[in-house]
Amino acid sequence: MATPLLSVTDLQVGFATERGLLRAVDGVSFDLAEGQTLGIVGESGSGKSVTAKTLMNLLPSYARVEGSVMFDGRDVRAMAAERERHFWGVEMTMVFQDPMTSLNPVKKVGEQIAESLRVHLKRSRREARDDAGDLLQQVGVPESKKRLTQYPHELSGGLRQRVVIAMALACSPRLLIADEPTTALDVTVQKHILDLLDELREERGMAMILITHDLGVVKGRADQIMVMYAGRTMEQADTATLFSEMRHPYTEALLETIPRVDMASHSRLVPIPGSPPDAVDLGQGCPFAERCRYCSASCLIDQPSLEQHRQGHACACHAPVGTDAGAAAHAANHETGVTPAGLDMGTFATAVGEKT
Amino acid sequence: MDTPPQVDPAEQFGVVVARRLGFGFWIAAAWIIIIVAAAALAPWLPIADPNETGVGGRMDGPGWSNWFGTDNNGRDMFARTIWGARVSLIVGFFSVLLGICVGGTLGMIAGYFRGIVDRIISFSVFVLLAYPGLVLALLIVGLAGQTLPIVAMTLGIVAIAPIARLSRATTLAYSEREFVAAARVLGATDRRIMVRELLPNVLIPMGALTLLGMAITIVAEGGLAFLGLSVEEGFSWGKMIVLGSSPRTLREGPWVAMFPIGAMFVTVLALNFAGDRLREYFDVRELGIGAA
Repeated sequence: MATPLLSVTDLQVGFATERGLLRAVDGVSFDLAEGQTLGIVGESGSGKSVTAKTLMNLLPSYARVEGSVMFDGRDVRAMAAERERHFWGVEMTMVFQDPMTSLNPVKKVGEQIAESLRVHLKRSRREARDDAGDLLQQVGVPESKKRLTQYPHELSGGLRQRVVIAMALACSPRLLIADEPTTALDVTVQKHILDLLDELREERGMAMILITHDLGVVKGRADQIMVMYAGRTMEQADTATLFSEMRHPYTEALLETIPRVDMASHSRLVPIPGSPPDAVDLGQGCPFAERCRYCSASCLIDQPSLEQHRQGHACACHAPVGTDAGAAAHAANHETGVTPAGLDMGTFATAVGEKT
Repeated sequence: MDTPPQVDPAEQFGVVVARRLGFGFWIAAAWIIIIVAAAALAPWLPIADPNETGVGGRMDGPGWSNWFGTDNNGRDMFARTIWGARVSLIVGFFSVLLGICVGGTLGMIAGYFRGIVDRIISFSVFVLLAYPGLVLALLIVGLAGQTLPIVAMTLGIVAIAPIARLSRATTLAYSEREFVAAARVLGATDRRIMVRELLPNVLIPMGALTLLGMAITIVAEGGLAFLGLSVEEGFSWGKMIVLGSSPRTLREGPWVAMFPIGAMFVTVLALNFAGDRLREYFDVRELGIGAA
């Protein structure tokens, strides 16, 4: 395999807090080839956004970062924004979650798009303006010429996110990170924006990291998926494998929280009981153990490491779904009615039982 | 379960909220324009020489020959009120300009970089605030002399601290917004973010403060005049009020103090009012659906 465009190895990010070190990201590794899409999926607080911010050099100065981030053979962590002025924005850039706050409220849309064209590509005012109009057209903004002179508040949420995307694409980056790009938008607009991102990625041969809490979002769009929980990688595989042979109980639980077309009508969605653990005090076992219905005694004392059970599919679990160990743990928990971590299996039983 | 009503984006789209400055603003603006024009054109206006004694009688009341009456030296009060505006407005304008340039910049630097830079600047600002403004002004004017530039500079220095605090607070709030991070991921440098992204946002509250600050410094200059510490050469409204406010003058010719007081009052009111309306008018952030 050729050298990947982006290669992250054993990334660790910690924040010193009053209560101790908060491990936001713990040992995350992935490779991303040119033109490919990686989906990073997890609940809030699972370290997805911190991972993205590390790549973008957006972390506050007190963050402690270990591990390596290589972009096309260059060490991203050694780069300083002031010296490498034409790296961020030109080679890689990011689209944020909330288009309400990621546009400057007092600057016209056209100015905001034209800005990076003028800084990085040294376009003249007029050229930049024309290009900004073209970009708006490419991201599907109607009456693009008129929009250039409007302020962000004059646009709807969907249009604003298109403007944000146009800004990000202005200098044709090779990697685009989209951090929950549709979370703040109306459901009806979400699909349009995701399809647009996919289309643009295809057209431009750009690589993309799509961060979301919704497995459904990455299903048809990502080439690879990484499921994160409590700053760790839980499962990592190419998309088809992940959906056909998912092994991690957390991945399975995540999938059950979202509605799917192939579900029987009126079937209940299964929430994941509990909430993510305290990242300062993770304890020694698996971070998901307390919410997991496959939990076994060893999960509470021994943290499973991420292991490749076959080429391109890694999972960090003692009793993965679909294995004998997993089935045994699940059956044992059903029998006692409670997992070794003290989780009542009844919560699952009712939900699953009503599925008809 | 009740869901909050969803507003159709298409319905919101293109809604234009009509904004008007209002009648009051135009009256205030007209007054400011008249007073500025009169002050600027004073040497060429067909008015009496403000320093010439005996234009009218001693302490003549307002009338056809001397519209605002005369003072106890027989000088024309109308001409003096117009000439007095020159000093008052110059002091008001340049001191606020100095305050905004220095205080605004310091506040933005403190709010953007934070950390040790912020601590040093904030501490200096606190020291400046803790020191009574009037005492500080007395000290500078007393030591450096009572010329127009020094009086303006003095009041400007006093204005630095509150302006720096406003600018720091606004910058802090906006630095947290995602558009700053968005600018950074597009490769903008610190300077660029401060000048191109933050400054336009900080300028909105600052703009309102400019006119308000002018009003305050015009009054403050009057305060200095009462202590005998305003400009030595020439005269301002403040100095005129002082000259007209001895008990005897007030009794015999109240107009000597009342006309500069009235001019100052209306001007300060107009500046405040216009400043407030302009801020509302130009604050594009409050318009329409922006408040999400």
